[in-house]
Amino acid sequence: MPTLPAIELRGLTRRYGERLALAEVTVALEAGQTLAVLGPNGAGKTTLLRLLATLLRPHAGEVSVLGHSLPDESWAVRGRIGLLGHEPLLYRELSARENLRFHAALHGVEEANVERLLGVVAMERRADEPLRTLSRGMVQRVAVCRALLHDPELLLLDEPRANLDPAASELVEPLVGRASGRTRVIVSHDPAGALAEADLVLGLVRGRVALLAPAAEVDAGALAELYR
Amino acid sequence: MSALGEERVAAGERVGAPALRRAPRMRAVVGALLRKELRVELRTFESVPAMSLFSVTTYVLFHFGLQQNSVAGPLASGVLWVTLLFAAVLGVNRLFVADAEQGGFDGFLLSPADRSALALAKALALFTYLVVLELVSVPAFALLLLGVSLWQAMPDLLAILALANLGVAAIGTLVGALAVRTRARDLLGPLLSLPLLVPVVIGAALCTTPLFRDPVGGMPLRWLLTLALYDLVFAVIAYALFDFLLED
Repeated sequence: MPTLPAIELRGLTRRYGERLALAEVTVALEAGQTLAVLGPNGAGKTTLLRLLATLLRPHAGEVSVLGHSLPDESWAVRGRIGLLGHEPLLYRELSARENLRFHAALHGVEEANVERLLGVVAMERRADEPLRTLSRGMVQRVAVCRALLHDPELLLLDEPRANLDPAASELVEPLVGRASGRTRVIVSHDPAGALAEADLVLGLVRGRVALLAPAAEVDAGALAELYR
Repeated sequence: MSALGEERVAAGERVGAPALRRAPRMRAVVGALLRKELRVELRTFESVPAMSLFSVTTYVLFHFGLQQNSVAGPLASGVLWVTLLFAAVLGVNRLFVADAEQGGFDGFLLSPADRSALALAKALALFTYLVVLELVSVPAFALLLLGVSLWQAMPDLLAILALANLGVAAIGTLVGALAVRTRARDLLGPLLSLPLLVPVVIGAALCTTPLFRDPVGGMPLRWLLTLALYDLVFAVIAYALFDFLLED
C-alpha cells in the first residue's frame, strides 16, 4: 500500500529580510527514512530544520509534514516532532530531571519516561545538579532526552553527536540512530558520517538545492563539490 | 490506524518510548510553567530582590528629596504607586529573558500545549513577584514616609493592591512578550508598558488617597470599578494577542 511521504516540500522559499535563506527547495522523504542535509555554513540547513519544526513560517511553496500542511496545521504535528538543534532548549538553573519533567508536562507525557531516558543516557547520577554545572557533553545527553521524551515520529537533528565522546555517542545511538526506527532529518558537517546514515542526501548551497540523490548514488566528488 | 501508525507499531517498542501518551491539560501545563518560573527566580534572584531594593531606595530618596519626615493624602498615594509602578517595570523587563536566552520559547512552541498557557503562567508569576515586592515595599513605605497608620486602611488597601497587580500582570505579560523578541528590549519594555500602566496608577492612586488621610476616608468605588474594568480589558487583549506574539 503506498504511503504518504513523511515530509514533502515543493518550492519552499524562506527569506530573512532581503536575504534568501531557502529558495525553491523541493524534496520528499518516505516514513522511516533518513534525509541527510549537507552544505557549507549559511547554506540554509538550520532554517530548513526550523521550518520543519514549525518554528518558522515558509514565505512561499508548500510544506507537508506527517501528512499535515504547514503552517496551517502546525498544531497537528507539534507533539509528533523531536528537534535537537544547536541549543539544548533547557534552563541552565534547573537540573536535568527538573528540565525533563517540565518538558514532559508540556507534552502530556508520563514522568516515568523521564527516568527511563535518564537511565538510557546514563545521567541518573547527575540528574539533580543544575545544568550549568554539567559538561557540554552531559547537557547534550539531556537535550537528546528532551527531544525524545514524547516519542516523536519525526526527528530533526542538527549535529546530534556534537560534544559527545565515543562512549556517550554509543549511549544515544539507540535513541537517535537508525535503530530508533524514526523518520529522521540530519544536518551534519561530517558528510561521510551523514552519508552512512542516510537514505537520501540533500545538498544546499546558498539556500538552493545543489544535490538531491539517494545516498547510495552519492560519491565523494559530489560531496566535495558542495563545499567548494 | 494511519499508514504511519502501522509502521510505528510494526517497528515495535522503541527505546525511550513513553508508557502512556496523553494530551497535555491546560492546568497541568500552566502549573509546570509556573513552577519552572518560580524555581528559576528562586535560584537566580534576578527580579524580585531588584524590584524590592529599588522600591526601598526610592522611598529613601523621596524622604530626603521631599524634605519631609512624613507624607499623607494624595502625595503619599502618589509616591507609593509611582514607586511600585517603576519597580514593577523592572520585573516586566526580566519576565521573558530566561526563555529568550535559553531557548525556552522554542521548547514551549515545539510542544502541543495551548499557547495561552504561557500567557497565564507568566501573568501568575508576575502577580506573585508583585505580591512579594509589596510585602517588602508597603511596610517600608509605612516606616519611612507614611504619616498615618496603615492598619485601619489595610483591608481596602489589599483590595486595591490586588486589582492593580492584576492590571500590571496582564499588561506586563503582553509587553514583555512583545519586547523580548526585539534587540531594544530593555528600552522597549518601559516605553510600551509605562503609558499603558498610567490608567492603573491613576485608578489605584485615587482609590488609595482617602485611605492615607487622618481620619481614614472611604474608598471611591467608581475608581475601583474602573480599575477592575481596565484589568479585564487588558486580560482579554493579552489572551487574544499572545498567540500572535509568539509566532515567527
